[in-house]
Amino acid sequence: MVKRIDVKDVDIYYGKFHAVQSVTVSVPPRSVTAFIGPSGCGKSTVLRTLNRMHEVIPGARVEGEVLLDGENIYAPSVDPVSVRRTIGMVFQRPNPFPTMSIRDNVVAGLRLAGTRDRKRLDEIAERALRSANLWAEVKDRLTKPGGGLSGGQQQRLCIARAIAVQPDVLLMDEPCSALDPISTLAIEDLIGELKKDYTIVIVTHNMQQAARVSDQTAFFNLPGVGQPGRLIEYNDTEKIFSNPDEKATEDYISGRFG
Amino acid sequence: MIGAMNDNATGTLETRSRGSRRSADLIFQGISTGSGIFVVLAIVLIGVFLLIQSVPSLAANNANFLFSAQFSTTDAGNLRFGIRDLLLVTVLSSAFALVIAMPIALGIALFLTQYAPTTLRRPFAYLIDVLAAVPSIVYGLWGLAVLGPALVPVAEWLNATFGWFPLFANGNVSIGGGGTIFTAGIVLAVMILPIITSITREVFRQTPADHIEGALALGATKWEMIRATVLPYGRSGYIGASMLGLGRALGETVAVLIILRTSTDPTTFSLFDGGYTFASKIASAAAEFNQPLPTGAYIAAGLVLFVLTFVVNAIARSIVGGKVNR
Repeated sequence: MVKRIDVKDVDIYYGKFHAVQSVTVSVPPRSVTAFIGPSGCGKSTVLRTLNRMHEVIPGARVEGEVLLDGENIYAPSVDPVSVRRTIGMVFQRPNPFPTMSIRDNVVAGLRLAGTRDRKRLDEIAERALRSANLWAEVKDRLTKPGGGLSGGQQQRLCIARAIAVQPDVLLMDEPCSALDPISTLAIEDLIGELKKDYTIVIVTHNMQQAARVSDQTAFFNLPGVGQPGRLIEYNDTEKIFSNPDEKATEDYISGRFG
Repeated sequence: MIGAMNDNATGTLETRSRGSRRSADLIFQGISTGSGIFVVLAIVLIGVFLLIQSVPSLAANNANFLFSAQFSTTDAGNLRFGIRDLLLVTVLSSAFALVIAMPIALGIALFLTQYAPTTLRRPFAYLIDVLAAVPSIVYGLWGLAVLGPALVPVAEWLNATFGWFPLFANGNVSIGGGGTIFTAGIVLAVMILPIITSITREVFRQTPADHIEGALALGATKWEMIRATVLPYGRSGYIGASMLGLGRALGETVAVLIILRTSTDPTTFSLFDGGYTFASKIASAAAEFNQPLPTGAYIAAGLVLFVLTFVVNAIARSIVGGKVNR
């Protein structure tokens, strides 16, 4: 089930605005890939094109190919809804459905996919919550609303919700930026465990975090105001943080940026 | 500079001024507080006025005020009036209007916020709001001259097919001509559509983008996303908006007055009844308010309507205000 992603020569536009230029990245299965770079460089935009979430914004358009184990998710016959069922996503701000209970939040994706069997849903909810390291904290209040949890717990709930449908790939858009350091640590540990079963792509503003959790790192940058964002360098995380090929990468990582 | 913070306010900071800026503040505060008090006072005074004017007539009433279908005030020495029929016609026409308007308003609000192309949204929303600006006498004329007669075949079919059900049974006026609660309710539905639609639309529009994206990222289709996020988020606002619409329908006067045909028979709780609502009854008799006791009878009816709309609006406000801005 775990699949690789190949981004081939992707250009992203919002209407006439050219947001990101010719990105090519190969994400191997069962690994963590981090996207880093300054604000506005297009790293979140690229992440969103990996499950076609950018299409929520009117006028957004992608040129190039995104291959999921060789299958182009932008082929005309492909339904974006099925893409999103296969490639899960966790957002910057925890966004559990406020009117649903904790358990219903976790199985919301399965319900959408048509699973109705209550017992099976309960099993999957428990498994997903255990995988998200949240089970022990919520097992006595599964019927309570998800909005009552702390920020870190809510984010782990969202991760449980994303993995409950057993996606091939898990995308994370700055999943810790709204969390305190302890919750952040919990999520980072979780990412380390999840990569045994999933291909993970994470956008982060925190370079230490990228260094801690990822196997590969892609550095994006903005050459100038009004110009499209670009992928500057894509390499093993170790190399990026010790001896990057590009000077721009080194400047950014060592804080000599801008 | 840090040391200066401990000093008495003799440094760069001005001493608290009692000058002109301060008094402008006070004047503005006084005006707005006064306006607030004025509104409360006006409502209380209206209630008190209705009560004082109606009590003598209620005391002189020879019929049961709540359960009598009579409304005879021509003989000031023998007042016989009750609100049974007024209440039934008022509630039935308004409830029928609500049943029609609620789903349509929901559909329009969803269309405008979720489905309509961005360029169409504003003009379309504007068009809906224009419906609210049409004078109610125009609605009345339209209902009487156009819609009523046009609906006769529909009404006759409903009556013939579902006549066994009390709502569609024969009423106390003839179906032909269309002067029935059926017609009035549909006209009322059109009249309350704008308020329900615009409030519902606003509430739906405020659905957090986080929730919408969360649902879509789980592989929800558009409709599934709406069911999982937009509808639960906007539900209380929608219900509150509908109650506001109901409040309007309950108090609507002139359109109902000229549409509904009068009848000598009591109401049968059928959509094909004629008769009067509270408001239309009072308006119909307004020319004869020259003696205090008969007038008081109508004021008593007005008091009931006042309480009814007040309660409905209070419920609406508590629903809209309490939960929407979570």
